[in-house]
Amino acid sequence: MADRKEEGLKICCLVKEVPDAAVQKRIDPATKRLDRTGEKNLNPFDTHGIEAAMQLREGGDVEVEEIVAVTMGPESAVRALHKAVALGADRSVHLTDDALGGSDVCATGYALARALEKESPDLVLLGQQSDDGECYTIGAVVADHLKMPSLTQVIKMDVADGKLRCDRQAEYGYDTVDVQLPAVISVGDAINEPRYPSLKAIMGAKKKPLETSSIADAGIEAERVGEAGSRTAVLEVSPPPAKEAGEIIEDEDTAETVEKIVAWLEERKLI
Amino acid sequence: MGGILVYALHDGEGNFNKNSLGALSEAAKLAGELGTEAAAVVVADAPDDACQALGSFGVSKVYRSKSTPEGLAQPIVDVMAKVITDEGFSYALFGGGLLGFEIGAGLTARLNAGVTMEVTEVKVVDGKLVAVRPVLQDSAIADVGYVGEPGIIIGRLNAFDVAEGDGTAEIVDVEVELSEWSTKAEMVSRGETRGEDVNIEDAEILVGGGRGLGEAEKFKLCEELAEAMGGAVAATRAVVDAGWYPYATQIGQTGKTVAPRLYLAAGISGAIQHKVGMQSSENILAVNKDQNAPIFEFCDLGVVGDLHKVLPKLTEAIKAKKG
Repeated sequence: MADRKEEGLKICCLVKEVPDAAVQKRIDPATKRLDRTGEKNLNPFDTHGIEAAMQLREGGDVEVEEIVAVTMGPESAVRALHKAVALGADRSVHLTDDALGGSDVCATGYALARALEKESPDLVLLGQQSDDGECYTIGAVVADHLKMPSLTQVIKMDVADGKLRCDRQAEYGYDTVDVQLPAVISVGDAINEPRYPSLKAIMGAKKKPLETSSIADAGIEAERVGEAGSRTAVLEVSPPPAKEAGEIIEDEDTAETVEKIVAWLEERKLI
Repeated sequence: MGGILVYALHDGEGNFNKNSLGALSEAAKLAGELGTEAAAVVVADAPDDACQALGSFGVSKVYRSKSTPEGLAQPIVDVMAKVITDEGFSYALFGGGLLGFEIGAGLTARLNAGVTMEVTEVKVVDGKLVAVRPVLQDSAIADVGYVGEPGIIIGRLNAFDVAEGDGTAEIVDVEVELSEWSTKAEMVSRGETRGEDVNIEDAEILVGGGRGLGEAEKFKLCEELAEAMGGAVAATRAVVDAGWYPYATQIGQTGKTVAPRLYLAAGISGAIQHKVGMQSSENILAVNKDQNAPIFEFCDLGVVGDLHKVLPKLTEAIKAKKG
């Protein structure tokens, strides 16, 4: 740890490109994969990971040498990296390869771990979940491959003596846990309020170093990734059981809206 | 065909988590259909009688590692990986909750195993388990099968019903050497509840507040409305984590599950983690300014508007009605 301290921490932030919240998401019936066309954005949960890295750097308790944004995804995922760099990362790594398409959680975790291994980070940060697949799990998968301790849904994180003191909510209330570095931490959205990138940072983002890595570059075994390397198979996708759609009111005149609500409540004998 | 192994989470004194008991019951049922057995994994100081009593949920054996601490995932990954490998289990099943997610994910990496999370139903198809999970904010349902063994199934909160009968489980104490990295996280304090204890589970009317309130002080709007209606106030995990409202009022993933006659969601987007804790409410009324909020997909009455305008007027109107 002594060496690390002299050099400062190297933090890798895992980020992901997800369909924009306003886009109607659908599963492609032919491939049974998420249709990833349409407007995309940086997974909002991951912005908390970048912000946590920035606050460690600015906090002064520890020297942060470098913040590297890492993603896996198709060509378009570069935009998520640009956004991550605009938010404060120093450079980025884009793991992209046709062979990775269709990877499940098991295959994705393995591939990301290999890409991270090359960076030898002291700390890997990510958001508690992704906005598309709701996978809370990827941090813990990556951690086991990297043989690092890990904790998810952390809402408070302080660094001292090469250790992180973390708070998070589990089944019986709040736990406080000390985690030795290097470690993989997924952060909950209550940990911070991510900053907005400045115009200058947005303009400069494309000039920051971006390394593109194929599976061969990252030392990833082709047979362990993609659809063929996945350990789960989507057999069928079907619509959910039909639920009677609720009534939706646009509040234009609040007095009128409230009248409608009260009538609805009375009809159901709730007042 | 190997059996189904279930992680049974407890509070450190052998009081088992309800979602774990649901998972045990589900595993026992599935094992019956597959013609195999279900077993539990328990760590730390779980008393003999508490472990044996897990037999009443249908498991034949309880693998117990006394020296492994409860409450952190990675040591339990070591225990489960060893039991699965040594005893040849075909599946690992987890009830909804945080630790199950983390342990299941760790096992995925350790055993190169397929994992499915947020599972609401498990089916037996051609002698194998198929996990059913809603995807894309519950707008589609995917049936997921496993390639090779073991398959890891992580349930959604409250997905599996507890079914208690008779039976006593045999305890098998196991010795497990923890991985080096599993010992690098250490629990400093566990299960701090933070804030007063209030009972929201018995309330007939609940007014839930979320991030859309904007700030902690605005919970007053919910409190005033709840008071006028004779109900109680609940909160989302996000605002509890942010320290706006007490932990005891939290609904969803690691909080409480409620089914009141009326659930009024104020500034709550309706993310899955919250939805699983309140979707059984008889009537759901949502006020949210974001028309794309998922809550509008499953509420009975949705108001697209500013809760800061709607709530005070609604409180006033209800007070007037009640005279």
